[in-house]
Amino acid sequence: MSVVFERTKLLTDKQFHYCPGCNHGIIHRLVAESIDELIQEGKLEAGNVMGVAPVGCSVFAYDYFNCDMYEAAHGRAPAVATGAKRARPGTLVFTYQGDGDLASIGTAEIVHAAHRGEKFVTIFVNNAIYGMTGGQMAPTTLVGQKTTTSPNGRDEAWCGAPIKISEMLSEIPGAYYIERCAVNTNANILKTKKAIKKAFQYQLDGKGFCLIEVLSTCPTNWGLSPVEAMTWLEENMIPYYPLGVKKDKGAE
Amino acid sequence: MALTLMKGSEAIAEAAIRAGARFFFGYPITPQTEIPEYMSARMPEVGGCFLQAESEVAAINMVYGAAGTGARVITSSSSPGVSLKQEGISYCAGAQLPCVILNVMRGGPGLGNIQASQADYFQGVKGGGNGDYHLLTYAPSSVQEAIDIMMFAFEKAEKYRMPVLFLADGIIAQMMEPVEMPEMVEYKVDPEKKPWACTGWKPGDDPAKRGVINSIYIDTKRGVINSIYIDTESLSIHNEHLQAIYKEAKANEQIWENYKTEDAEFIITAFGTVARIAKTAIDELREQGVKVGLFRPISVWPFPYDAMRETICRDQVKGVLDVEVNEGQMLEDVKLGLEGAKPVRFFGHLGSQFPTTDEIKSEILAMKEGK
Ligand SMILES: Cc1ncc(C[n+]2csc(CCOP(=O)(O)OP(=O)(O)O)c2C)c(N)n1
Ligand code: SF4
Ligand SMILES: [Mg+2]
Repeated sequence: MSVVFERTKLLTDKQFHYCPGCNHGIIHRLVAESIDELIQEGKLEAGNVMGVAPVGCSVFAYDYFNCDMYEAAHGRAPAVATGAKRARPGTLVFTYQGDGDLASIGTAEIVHAAHRGEKFVTIFVNNAIYGMTGGQMAPTTLVGQKTTTSPNGRDEAWCGAPIKISEMLSEIPGAYYIERCAVNTNANILKTKKAIKKAFQYQLDGKGFCLIEVLSTCPTNWGLSPVEAMTWLEENMIPYYPLGVKKDKGAE
Repeated sequence: MALTLMKGSEAIAEAAIRAGARFFFGYPITPQTEIPEYMSARMPEVGGCFLQAESEVAAINMVYGAAGTGARVITSSSSPGVSLKQEGISYCAGAQLPCVILNVMRGGPGLGNIQASQADYFQGVKGGGNGDYHLLTYAPSSVQEAIDIMMFAFEKAEKYRMPVLFLADGIIAQMMEPVEMPEMVEYKVDPEKKPWACTGWKPGDDPAKRGVINSIYIDTKRGVINSIYIDTESLSIHNEHLQAIYKEAKANEQIWENYKTEDAEFIITAFGTVARIAKTAIDELREQGVKVGLFRPISVWPFPYDAMRETICRDQVKGVLDVEVNEGQMLEDVKLGLEGAKPVRFFGHLGSQFPTTDEIKSEILAMKEGK
């Protein structure tokens, strides 16, 4: 019998700790598959991969990605990746970060990694909430969205409107390719995979900073079932955070 | 070998390069800005990397990233900047990353001033960041000594897998002295010697090739640079492992200087530049027939408690004068080590002015007269 489908080699056999219906698992798989394919295609030498896990629900990503890995301080993954990539420029480097990590405590690090045109890829998982700490408001939390620190819903007058990271970073000259994706449908999953792989390819080609924002669910802290969470994402997040390419210097 | 007249900051930077450092990440701050400036010109000449970070927070995390590949990495800053680095330093300590951190101390708290100070002794020696950790911490008292320490700093950092901190007061960085610069050390990352580092693991690699496994308690053969141990058991194993390393460092890495202590009736304890001022005071007092000596810790962590006791706990010693440019920080270690065996007097300045030889002399004379 021939094998038609198997687990990608870039994931370890460790079982994910993510909640049922959480999108982190799908996104992990897409990242790992993309890297694995680049290796299979002979574009990247196996072993020349370094990933940086954040502080957030994906803090244990170093256990899942089957390559050399770092676990960074909260928000500092882009600085860690900068040091790692500068030290081993021939490797493929990526950070994997949540929205609290990247859009709140780590804004300086991500802005300046983009500004310097650092040659690594950031996978930005935006679930509009602080998942790991139990559902507090993030800078990306939608107006009116209830969280444990915005119990009456996010009040724009009090704490601002949700920040659109991809649009913001696109304005930075050093950013090379930025796209916002989602994994709510099969079609979108395929698009996300394409975007991630393209970003990695740009890195291999020595281009500048790339970021793929992936809208993601947090059924646990949104208080919804996995299916309801997908619907909520479609009806609320996608309209505010429009999908698509925000910047692609390679296509210009 | 010929002596060259060099400014402290530049000499320290050059020594780091000679010791094999090829990565520098930093952010400008007085009184150490000459270090990044020097590095920005010198690193490219030796095929190294100088990168001006957006903040000290980022700089130390870049150190974490580069040191994780096994490279020799250094960062430097001054007090307020070193405060910002504490988070990253704690992570480096937790992840057991060898690296060198320079603190060219200035006055504090807060923005303080830009003059030399010794007020970060507590921060450097007693922790700074969160968690049960220590740094190998050296307090050079001359430019030459800073160079000499730099030449073994990376080796120590690698041997114990812990960061090394230089506690240098601003004067060391700002003054010019004739120095002897050592030869360039050739350093190359050797994955066999640094089996924990991110040096290019791939699925299917023979784990035995990595030499020893990543650590005693992580079952992965990949490079995993990490400080989280989520369950109580593994964290306690990790922390016990760290403490065992610190114990070994305490046993082997204490360095100090005794100056004219053999017949001394009064002992001055001081570190860094203050110790040099004390030596002049000691020479002048001895001309007047007052027998004074100096005990100077060079490693302030591990603190040379035993050597200090041996020097001071002798019948002829009547008292100890601790002199610092702070409110008496090393004083706590001096008292801790002596356990009340001898009276300890303190003299210090708080605003970055360094004590004069006359001030030190009059303190000793007052002690002699029993005042
Ligand atoms: C310096 C610091 N501050 C706060 C925390 C606590 N903390 C852990 S995860 C987290 C939020 C993570 O949220 P996000 O990045 O959105 O990731 P998610 O869990 O949603 O995937 C916070 C605040 C920490 N670990 N370190
Ligand atoms: S808390 Fe939310 S983000 Fe975290 S694993 Fe569960 S569903 Fe995913
Ligand atoms: Mg989140």
